[in-house]
Amino acid sequence: MSEATTTAAREWPEALSKVPYWVFQDEEVYRAEQQNIFHGPFWSYLCLEAELSEPGDYCATFIGEQPVLVTRDFDGEIYAFENRCAHRGSLIAMDHYGHAKDFTCVYHAWTYNLQGDLTGVAFEEGINGKGGMGSDFCKKAHSPRRLRLANVHGLVFGSLDNDVPDIEEYLGQEILDRIERVLGGRKPVVLGRFTQNLPNNWKLYMENVKDSYHASILHLFFTTFGLNKLNQKGGIIVSESGAHHVSWSAINREAESGQHYKDQKIRSESEYQLEDPSLVDSFSEVGDDITLQILSVYPGFVLQQIQNSIAVRQVLPTSVDSTDLNWTYLGFEDDTEEQQLVRMKQSNLVGPAGYVSMEDGAIGGFVQRGIAGASGEFATVQMGGHEAVSSESRVTEASIRGFWKVYREAMGFEIEESK
Amino acid sequence: MDAFTLISRAQGSYVRAIDDGPIEDWPEHFTDDAFYKVTTADNHRRGLPAGVIWANNKAMLKDRVSALKEANIYEPHAYRHLLGQPAILSEREDGATSETSFLVVRITGNGPTDVFASGRYLDEHAFVDGRALLKKRVVVCDSSRTDTLLVLPL
Repeated sequence: MSEATTTAAREWPEALSKVPYWVFQDEEVYRAEQQNIFHGPFWSYLCLEAELSEPGDYCATFIGEQPVLVTRDFDGEIYAFENRCAHRGSLIAMDHYGHAKDFTCVYHAWTYNLQGDLTGVAFEEGINGKGGMGSDFCKKAHSPRRLRLANVHGLVFGSLDNDVPDIEEYLGQEILDRIERVLGGRKPVVLGRFTQNLPNNWKLYMENVKDSYHASILHLFFTTFGLNKLNQKGGIIVSESGAHHVSWSAINREAESGQHYKDQKIRSESEYQLEDPSLVDSFSEVGDDITLQILSVYPGFVLQQIQNSIAVRQVLPTSVDSTDLNWTYLGFEDDTEEQQLVRMKQSNLVGPAGYVSMEDGAIGGFVQRGIAGASGEFATVQMGGHEAVSSESRVTEASIRGFWKVYREAMGFEIEESK
Repeated sequence: MDAFTLISRAQGSYVRAIDDGPIEDWPEHFTDDAFYKVTTADNHRRGLPAGVIWANNKAMLKDRVSALKEANIYEPHAYRHLLGQPAILSEREDGATSETSFLVVRITGNGPTDVFASGRYLDEHAFVDGRALLKKRVVVCDSSRTDTLLVLPL
């Protein structure tokens, strides 16, 4: 990519159904995203409140590439600040999850309290009256930048931009309701954490998450056992801005015709059977008929219910063509032993080795490799029309269009006049 | 045969089933009620119970094999397992516990030989008819990261 010098010079097609491939390839676009998206007026998932249950608990995480420390102080409140020493820029803490009374930078022992205030500078007064900081040095002026924080039913979100709207306004009522449906009034318990390295741009993974069209085609396992068919009762919710989405389906209590898949000659009608079918034995997660709910929050968060497999996923770009996908598998404090066992069995469905998710680890790489040499070409996302609105049908790419609607505006691309 | 020899023979056969096939032989290295889990050192240390693969019987392991042959989509690839000598931690007439380190390299498509995983097997063996069968294998990967996907077992 050599022709464009600034991202503003890039033109974006007017139609939401056209996605230029350079957006997955261009180093400059990647750099600009760190500023415009991850340091911009958006909320990024940081961790679970349950992971910071005791004062002194902390989590070292990221917003985009920006390292961030999230803590619980002795006042019971959660704080977050940039994980970078104010002195010479070293990481303040390195453990992903840990416990501390305060933080001391290993380089020169500058010390921070759990709220991120600089409280101590080694040899600040020098030794024997010689050396040390000048009298104009003020510790208060040298604390790492603090983040704005929001807690949504135990999900901790942070923003590096003070102008971000309140989280309720940002998400909208429909998305809030669907988060509440899974997490409201419940105490989550972490069952495991796994990181999957994806060989592709982070936006290819977000497109995949928002793509309800592929699920029963790429993921054969899903369809064979009736976990998710596009002819099940379900739908897509696209938030008003287009930023967030929910895809859901429920048990279809009427007999399924099964004819739709046969007609399309899709692999989904194989003879494949499980030797241990108890893998897909489920209980009603929250008392309703919904067995699948995939919810995304812009830019890089997913809350998932697949049967009784509950997980959160954090999407972290690490370079233009690589992404860390952090999975946290969840149960709940009041789960019975039987329910715990169901969750363990169904953990096989998701994650890096998941029966219905492993393909998503590879498909982004197939696209990244497929579009090499095609930076001037476009993906087409016309399924279900050209709008980014909610729909009863999941045979749509509406939520992908919503993602790009918000993205192209945040990035400030010129919109090309339609020809 | 002594425990060390029984376990060594079983491990050699185990990695051969995965690396060179037939992969259908892999579940045959377990007892019917076997427990098998692939997890990470971080989860293991923190006592977190989930795995990227989690099975509490041999039928679930057979299902892993049929899924990777019949259902799941991935780029063709192969492993090569390099195992350390088993450290026998305890032994009885009819079984033993052991720990064995492993290194697995992966070759995807026409690609290079990449280091895919390292870690240790925490095992409980049952000696049945002159063979060591796995009653329990917890695969503890040293890193918390999995590159792209894990479909062939470790």
